[in-house]
This record gives sequence, structure tokens and C-alpha cells, in this order.
Amino acid sequence: MKTFDYTVKDELGIHARPAGILVKKLSGVKSNVTIEVKEKGKSADAKRLMAVMKMAVKQGDVVTVSIEGEDEDSVFEDIREFFETNF
Amino acid sequence: MIKGNGRPVYEGVAIGKIFVLSKDHKIENTRCADKEKELERFKDAREKARAELDDLYEKTKREIGEEEAGIIEVQSLFLDDLDYIEGIEDMIKSGRDAAFSVHEIGDAQASAFAALDDEYMKARATDIRDISDRLIRILTGSGQAFKMEEPCIVVAEDITPSETVAMDKDKILAFVTRQGSSNSHTAILARVMNIPSLVLTNIDIEPALNGREMIVDGFSGTYYIDPDEETLRVMKEKRRGAGEYKASLEMFRGKESITKKGRKINLFANIGSPDDIKYVLDGDAEGIGLLRSEFLYLGRDDFPTEDELFNSYKKVVEAMNGKKVVIRTLDIGADKKVGYFNLAEEENPALGYRGIRICLTRPDIFRPQLRAIYRASAYGNVAIMFPMIISVKEVKAIKETCEEVRRELSEEGVPLSPVELGIMIETPAAAIISDQLAREVDFFSVGTNDLTQYTLAIDRQNEKLDSFYDAHHEAIMRSLALIAENAHKAGIWAGICGELAADLSLSDEFIRMGYDELSVAPSRILELRKRIIESEV
Repeated sequence: MKTFDYTVKDELGIHARPAGILVKKLSGVKSNVTIEVKEKGKSADAKRLMAVMKMAVKQGDVVTVSIEGEDEDSVFEDIREFFETNF
Repeated sequence: MIKGNGRPVYEGVAIGKIFVLSKDHKIENTRCADKEKELERFKDAREKARAELDDLYEKTKREIGEEEAGIIEVQSLFLDDLDYIEGIEDMIKSGRDAAFSVHEIGDAQASAFAALDDEYMKARATDIRDISDRLIRILTGSGQAFKMEEPCIVVAEDITPSETVAMDKDKILAFVTRQGSSNSHTAILARVMNIPSLVLTNIDIEPALNGREMIVDGFSGTYYIDPDEETLRVMKEKRRGAGEYKASLEMFRGKESITKKGRKINLFANIGSPDDIKYVLDGDAEGIGLLRSEFLYLGRDDFPTEDELFNSYKKVVEAMNGKKVVIRTLDIGADKKVGYFNLAEEENPALGYRGIRICLTRPDIFRPQLRAIYRASAYGNVAIMFPMIISVKEVKAIKETCEEVRRELSEEGVPLSPVELGIMIETPAAAIISDQLAREVDFFSVGTNDLTQYTLAIDRQNEKLDSFYDAHHEAIMRSLALIAENAHKAGIWAGICGELAADLSLSDEFIRMGYDELSVAPSRILELRKRIIESEV
């Protein structure tokens, strides 16, 4: 399993549309991807839109992203870059 | 090409696409027999919803803006959401109906969002409900009440008064119903709106009819679905001919309705709501002989306020610019049930608690309406008429209430104009004692539909009785003669506002009887005027 922490910079947090883009982005990934906001004690399968939305991630929240599966090494950088560009 | 028949209720030819008006399905927890088929239906519904949302996205982006369009995009994303879709599919697999499954899962997800302590996410509950409603509508083929993109032919089982309130009337080319009768609400509406229509058709109503081409021939009572080229050509020709007949009536526009012997007849219009004013003006009516009040009470959850009533009446009165507007007080009950009135079920509603009987026992309903009408009187020429009268005692009670309302308003300093008080003669009792009633009021207006139903003891909603129903029955003709005679003896005016008033074969007879006013569907005014001007009587 590979993980990274990311602090959300987008002022709206991860609201509906960014969550949608994330889900779309991850649809090609074989590994399980989980996002977690430890401070709030919430986590969700990052491939499930409503679940991600229900976390209501805000600006400044520290999100821990965990990737676990056969392609975890190859997609890791890509996903991290995606978070930095979009959130 | 599919060809079928029905009973024509208004002449003319319409050609256009079909819009199926299905009833709002109550979503029930039904079990589906074939799970595979149900899953397939759900899959198709998702695709259809996606296509609709794509169109809506483009339209919104073009007409409103990117930000609004973003909301549509989010709904589109929900169509792929695993929790949502899998949840629904699991329920279908457990044997539930697709629409019910969407409803349940949609509701659960929406509630979860509504419970979040984040304002933005809370609001997304609406989006989930919206997408669920869209799927349910596609699955049940229902609920898209008159959201038509282009003018269409409306095909329905039957059309209720409350449904007509919600209609975008500019977009209706014709009505085709399976039920109804010549006197049903659909028929009345078709005549007001001047559109060819058929009732009692043998059409198979299914959502798949939506969007297919249809021809309605309101002369012969025939309809064609997916017509061949030859039929289309012939019917287009017929439509042109009908247009020419209408055009030939145009020379009677603006003319006075006077017979060759100099009898002047007031040609007034019957309408159901302020929206119908445009038909009145198009039809060249000389006044409004019957403004039904029911529209103000239908299609809502609670009583209209006095101000709402006042504003609607004022709109009509002002639009008529000094011409007479006869407002009929609420005639609810019988076939026009309204939930919030909490009326008990009756064995025999046509003979039950309805019309003036409700008004006289429920001052909380009656008085606000009277106040609204009196207030509107200052803006033109207003008369009030009361339905379902059977006795002098009722009329005296009404007049007392009217006087109280008038005094109350004038003490409040509200401007008022003189208001004529009249009654509908639509019960055999009223016809027989019309001599006594005439001494109490300023005018009579004969409601021939109910008078005929009560005199002949024939239920006008029952199509099986249509062959027994004779609108020209001698009993009706004698009643009409008696009513006019008694009115004139007392020096008051008399009119007819039922469908019979438009019957051109009786025009001479009505003039002979002495009727001063005929009130008909706005679309009938010009041909009736032609008939009067050409009358030898």
C-alpha cells in the first residue's frame, strides 16, 4: 500500500464537480483508492462519488490518500499530481 | 399507419406530434416478475436520462451560464455513481420494481446528504431527488406534465380540471382522450381553446406514442398515427379548407349582433380562467357571460386568499374594458373535487353538497369570494351569478350576505361600482318557480347542461347514456320558454350559458322565446353572430 497526505487548497474544498473529476480519473485505476480525513474521522472509497461528496472535504483539511493493488506503483505519482493540480 | 375513431367535440384538423399525458403513477412497492427485464429497463432509463441531461446541459450553458450548467453536470455524474446505481440494481435483483427501487435508494441518499452539516453538500440532496425523479418519470412514462418543447397533440385517458390548470395552452394542437363525453371537461376546454378534439377514442395509450406524428380530424372523428403521404396530403387540404371557413367568418368581426327584424342579442363568452381572456378578445365576444371561479381553487393545497381572488377577477374585468363580466361563484363539489375542501364521499354527488349549498353553509369560503368580486367591481362592469339555486329562500340569504359584504367594504372606504345579482337556472325547481325567483334578482342565466341532466335524469358523465340524452328534448324547450317569459314579466334580462346556446339549429327558437343574451365558447362567437345577423326572426 502506498499513501500520501495532501492539504486541500481549493477554497470550495472537494465539492461536487471536483469529486466527479476524481471519480472519473480513478475509473481506469485497478487499485483500491481510499481517502481519509483523520481529523474528522471520515473515510471513503475514492471511486464512489456520493461517498466522496458526503465527506464534505474543506479547504485546509488534510487528506490521506491510500492506494492498494496491483498497479499502485505505476499510478501513485499520477494520482498525487492530480490532487495537486485539482484540489 | 394506425387509423381509429372517436367522438369529435370540436371541428378542425390538427397535424402534429403526440404528447402522451399519463397520470402521475403512485410509486408502489410492487414486485417485478422478470428481474433481467427490469434491470434492462433501468439501464435504458439511465441512458435516456443521460441524453436528456446532455441536452439540458447545452441548453442551460447557452441560455443561463456555465455555473448553472455545472449543476446539471453533477446530476449526470450521479448516473454513474456506484453507491447509487449498485444500490438500485441490488434492489431490483431482490425482486423490486425499478421505479420503486430508484425511489427508495434516491430517498436514502438524499436524506444522507440533507443530514450533512455542510450547507453546500446539504443542497445536493435536491440534485439527487431531481435525478431520481427524472429516472422514475422515464421508467413510468409519467409526470412530465405539459413540458412540451413544441406544439403537440395531447393524448390522454381523460383530462381533469386540475390538470388543465397546469397546461401550457399555446402548445396544444388537439386533445384525444379515451374517456370523456361531449360534455366532459376536455370537450369544454377544446371549445374554449378552439382546437379540434376527439373523446371516447379507441386509442391504445402507451409512452411509445410520444413524438410520433398524428392527424386529428375533428369533422369526421377520425385520427391517424404515422399517416402515409396520401392521407397527409388529403388532411392538409382539409385543414386548409377549414381555415378558409374560419376566415370567411372574419367579415362578422366587430359587427353588431342584430337580426333582420332588429332584435339585438348580446353575444358573450364562457371562460374558465383569466388566461382565457385572449380567446375572448380573439373571438370578438361582447362580454363574458360566465366566468367560472373553480380555476382559482383547483391545483393547489389550500384556499386562495381574498387578495389572490381579487387580483384574478380584476385582471379579467380590466381586460374587458367596461364590457360586462358575469362572475359565477364557486361551483365545486360533484365532478370537481378538491382535496383541501375535505368534502365527504357521496353516493350521489350531482345531487349532493355542491355549489351554492357549500357557499351558504361555509361563510369562510363564500365571503372572501364575494369581497373579492365586489372589490373588482370598481374596475369595470361586474355582475355576480349563483349556481344550483332551488328556492327563493336561498336567494334571499344570498342577497343578505351580499348586502353585508357591500356595506362592510364601503365602510372600509373601498371603491365599489353597482353589481347586478343574478342566478343560474339549472335545476327543474328553479325553472318551475322562475316567476317567483325573477322578482328577487337582476337576471337569469340558464345552465342548459345541468338543467338537461336534472330534467332528463341523465348523468352527463356516463357515456352509456349518450344515446338517451336528447339536448333538444321537449321538456327542455318548454322550460327554456317558461324561464324567458317569467324573466321578462318581471322586467329582468335572461340568457343562456350552457352548451345549447351555441347550437345554431336553435338560434331562431331562442330569439323567438325572447332571450337577450347567449353566452358560448369564445371560438363560437363569430359563427353565432353570422347566424343571428342572417336570422329572419
